[in-house]
Amino acid sequence: MFSRTYKTVVTLPPLLWVSLFLLVPYLLMFCYSFWSITPAQTIVHSWNFDNYKELLQKTVYWQTLLRSMWIAARVMLFSLLLGYPLACFLSFYAGKQKDLLYQLVIIPLWVSYLVRAYAWKTILGSDGVLNTLLQYVHLTKHPLEFLLYSPFAVVLTLTHIYTPFTILPIYAALEHIPRNLVEASNDLGATPAQTFWKVILPLSIPGVVAGATFAFVLSLGDFLAPLLLGGPSGIMISNIVVSLFGAAYNWPLGAAISLGMLLIVVSLLFLSERLEKKWSFS
Amino acid sequence: MLKNVSLEIAEGEFLTILGESGSGKTTLLRIIAGFETATSGELWMESERLDHQPPYRRRVNTVFQSYALFPHLTVEENVAYGLRVAKRPAAEIEQRVAEALDKVKMTAYAKSKPSKISGGQQQRVALARALVNRPRLLLLDEPLSALDANLRRQMQVELKSLQREVGIAFVFVTHDQEEAMVMSDRIALLRSGELEQIATPREIYNRPATAYVAQFIGHTNLLKGEVRGGVVNSGSLTWQTTLPDGPALFSLRPEQLRLAQNDAPRTAVRVRGKVVHQAFHGATELIRVACADGLVLIARTAGGVEPGSVIELEFSASDAIPVRESAERM
Repeated sequence: MFSRTYKTVVTLPPLLWVSLFLLVPYLLMFCYSFWSITPAQTIVHSWNFDNYKELLQKTVYWQTLLRSMWIAARVMLFSLLLGYPLACFLSFYAGKQKDLLYQLVIIPLWVSYLVRAYAWKTILGSDGVLNTLLQYVHLTKHPLEFLLYSPFAVVLTLTHIYTPFTILPIYAALEHIPRNLVEASNDLGATPAQTFWKVILPLSIPGVVAGATFAFVLSLGDFLAPLLLGGPSGIMISNIVVSLFGAAYNWPLGAAISLGMLLIVVSLLFLSERLEKKWSFS
Repeated sequence: MLKNVSLEIAEGEFLTILGESGSGKTTLLRIIAGFETATSGELWMESERLDHQPPYRRRVNTVFQSYALFPHLTVEENVAYGLRVAKRPAAEIEQRVAEALDKVKMTAYAKSKPSKISGGQQQRVALARALVNRPRLLLLDEPLSALDANLRRQMQVELKSLQREVGIAFVFVTHDQEEAMVMSDRIALLRSGELEQIATPREIYNRPATAYVAQFIGHTNLLKGEVRGGVVNSGSLTWQTTLPDGPALFSLRPEQLRLAQNDAPRTAVRVRGKVVHQAFHGATELIRVACADGLVLIARTAGGVEPGSVIELEFSASDAIPVRESAERM
């Protein structure tokens, strides 16, 4: 349809862009992760596995990684629990309000991440909206300290931020289900609950998998929410990477952790794609 | 939209709802199934009022136009669906599913997914999935419209004999009058949401109630006339009638018009005209004959009439069936 020259001209700029700003940095990171740093803080280009050895030996990295995964898993779970019913309502029951409600799901994505994270700070803080309210109605005498600077605050904030990312693919999957299948199920004697478990849920699995992957992967790599709201107990693996590339000035170790994360994320995406394929039928 | 539709379906009957698209036939079916609610009116099955019941409580099953097979379930699981949600014992499910698949000759495909079988096969599975529940009434929404002509004719015969075998009342929706004639015990002809006529195929063809019915089912000649003193005057034609005085409309089927013969009874009405068009229909031919006063008649002949020739046609007065004028409707 299009000439070779046209295709080349059109694809070359994005290809260059991706190579320069994605592939090259990854390659650099890959190199760095096998280099080392002297006590005098100079990077030595001698190839070795020391960084990876340190990663595997020091429990602090493992613990932080596990905590990050546990936080990401909870965010994923809560996003699905919030997002699925909402997507279901949007797709099946919203009627004329469908478009408006859909926009309401999208709009929070336009607001800066920082604004949303700071909003939770003002809500959860010891002089925050929630604590003031609780004391005002005499439910508590002192501000609840666990609300802010805790994994709880991180999970809450990330759930708030990433729920739209789970709603959208689930909604798309639900919209994809031919409505006559729902009618057929009803017609064959299935109650609405049976129809949900036997027809709607199985056919929306690809959307659920996509949404879950979004929530998990995006949360796993998050560093702003734990930085702003996590406190010492809410530190996540990306915070360590940030400090290694910054104040701690140990780029090689930071690069090694980053590559480890990359490996985890890529395997997850691979797994997610396999699952989605297995559960799509058209 | 439906207006003032009232009909009764007998046990074990094959009733066809026939109508053009937009006549409301699918709406009627969806009201019986429970997917839509009528703004007024009632729906009864024996002594049980149906219209307040959700679809899953009605002992009515539907074969959907696009089959609506569950893509994530195998053929066998699709057929078992109704029995599973009704929580029937596993042994019974297995046996009834096997029977149903056997009845529609799909046993060999029991483990296949719907996307792996042809349209005709999906059709059979949809039928088995509905029939396995032994409904009191089976609704079929243009189930054959997606099939090609040959398969369609074959399925018409199969469906009809299957219906006789299981003895379940079928309500079959179609826009194809030929299909309706071949399969039905009775035909309900819908037009713009109103029932034009409900009768056996033979009756609806031979005794159409309205001009619309006469024209929708097969070919016909509509003769407009004026009755005065037991005699019809329609253009240059006149014949005896028992109708009261006033304007009248008659339907005359093309096969009731024959080439005039000398030994015809005296009651026969004769008309001369020129053959203007001839269409070959296999065993018979349809010819258009232009007569006096701009009257054009369609006649069915055995053939051998050349276009351009002038011929004389005749018909018995009793074959001109008085029909009601069909008012123009939105």
